[in-house]
Amino acid sequence: MSEGSSAASNQGNAGIGGYLKAPAKLTLEDKLFLVAFNVDKEPHLKLKDKAVCAACKAKPCLYICPVENYTLQGEEVVLSWEGCLECGTCRIVCPHDAIDWKYPLGGYGVNFRNG
Amino acid sequence: MSDDKMDVIIIGAGPSGLAAAITLARAGLDVVVFERGKQPGSKNVMGGILFTTILGELVPDFWETAPLERRVTTRRFSMLSEDSELAFEFRTEKYNQPPYNNSFTVLRARFDRWLADQAEEAGAFIIPETVVDGLHQENGRFTGVKTRRADGDMSADVVILAEGANSLLAEQAGLKKRPGPNHMVVGVKEVIALPREVIEDRFALEGEQGTALEYFGDAVKGMLGSAFIYTNKDTLSVGLGCSIDHLAAARIRPNELLEHFKSHPSVRNLLRGGEIKEYLAHMIPEAGYKGLPRMVAGGLLVTGDAAGLVNTSLYHEGSNLAMASGVMAARAAIAAKEKGDFSAEGLGSYLAELNSSFVLQDMEKFKNLPEFISRHTHFFSEYPRVMADLLGAYFRIDGTPKRQLQREVIAEFRKRIGVRRFLGDMIRLLKAMR
Repeated sequence: MSEGSSAASNQGNAGIGGYLKAPAKLTLEDKLFLVAFNVDKEPHLKLKDKAVCAACKAKPCLYICPVENYTLQGEEVVLSWEGCLECGTCRIVCPHDAIDWKYPLGGYGVNFRNG
Repeated sequence: MSDDKMDVIIIGAGPSGLAAAITLARAGLDVVVFERGKQPGSKNVMGGILFTTILGELVPDFWETAPLERRVTTRRFSMLSEDSELAFEFRTEKYNQPPYNNSFTVLRARFDRWLADQAEEAGAFIIPETVVDGLHQENGRFTGVKTRRADGDMSADVVILAEGANSLLAEQAGLKKRPGPNHMVVGVKEVIALPREVIEDRFALEGEQGTALEYFGDAVKGMLGSAFIYTNKDTLSVGLGCSIDHLAAARIRPNELLEHFKSHPSVRNLLRGGEIKEYLAHMIPEAGYKGLPRMVAGGLLVTGDAAGLVNTSLYHEGSNLAMASGVMAARAAIAAKEKGDFSAEGLGSYLAELNSSFVLQDMEKFKNLPEFISRHTHFFSEYPRVMADLLGAYFRIDGTPKRQLQREVIAEFRKRIGVRRFLGDMIRLLKAMR
């Protein structure tokens, strides 16, 4: 993730002329660098049964997650939880109710500074 | 954690839970609010307009002390096609006078902290960094909560679930099922910094004036949803909300959709030179009146987003309904304590009050709208495109005599949409909102 930090810090422009420039286009990784997290060691999200995910045709989790925490590695759906914004959309979209979704431990997880 | 029984336990320090806490504490009840975030507001997201009719009742002249961003003095609704925009704008100085049309842009991390301070001042206990994982039940009545802390049980006469859109406890309590993807919206947004003067120049604002721009059509690639730009003091809230089932069916990623919106020719120039400060996501319950869950059980009340209390029409109010339901739940708990009856019947005044107020009356008025819109998605895809083409033709300056130009436009309208179909759609739309 560290490569993104330079792009993130190169945003913005000095002088009024700078505000006429198109904004820097940030990748999702760059954007997540701007978000404060207090990551718990224990995942708060788990796939209940990998076989169910493997058999799932639609796999909407791969597309719907705002931080793209669901990826395909080979044939297998892999879930990471570190950049989770805790919106809960994956639990709603899953056609097989196959995601064990808990809130992170109190005080952990995302910590929005603006909201 | 204390074994002392509380009068009321509230789960969630958002507008709804805190409005309930303020009302209960002022009535002299023992009330504790559990909040899972580091502090109230650190998990909370909205597009950015706070509607404050209820806040004004709780904290008169709140605008003098609350961390508000701007007064919404301009409302603008805009339909985008791939390369065009048709907009309707209303701007009035009337909204720049107290109570400022009860509409302010806010950043929730700051606002919710302030509201929590008001609740603490009233005498409520707010316990942050604490997740509630379950509810205790005795003889068919809810009697307390299980927190994820050592020795973390606490009992109360009434538990108020103000846990927000992702309402795991309301599901666990059997008051609602896991919502379907057609009943939930996922929202993503960015907070984009620009100097105050640039924002005021760019949006023609002065002082505390602010603007709320809503975008439909190609803003969300013709899907069921909308995008927005709201002006804060020295940032913009730029985001969108889109029906989860539409997004999933189209296999479009929320972040990509947001980038698509931000790059539209009518939008990108409003964001020039901006610096992204934060990226956020949250869900909005949009099942509407027909999808309301059970909101009362013995010892239990559900409020705000957890209860699906969102006006899904163009008004798009949520915070107002959340705070109203919080106050009404508090009043029901106070009445139940006076009677010594915490059963579902004893708490029944909550539903009665919701029904006789704007909360459920507004939701009832628009009860057919979610279903109507989901069956008329061409309003957001086909119509904006045709409209842009027709207007583009109508305003064309190329030496064509105007009579011929108008004939061409009318013929094109007949061919691509048709008078009967258009009138039928409009009549059905009006009916759905009657």
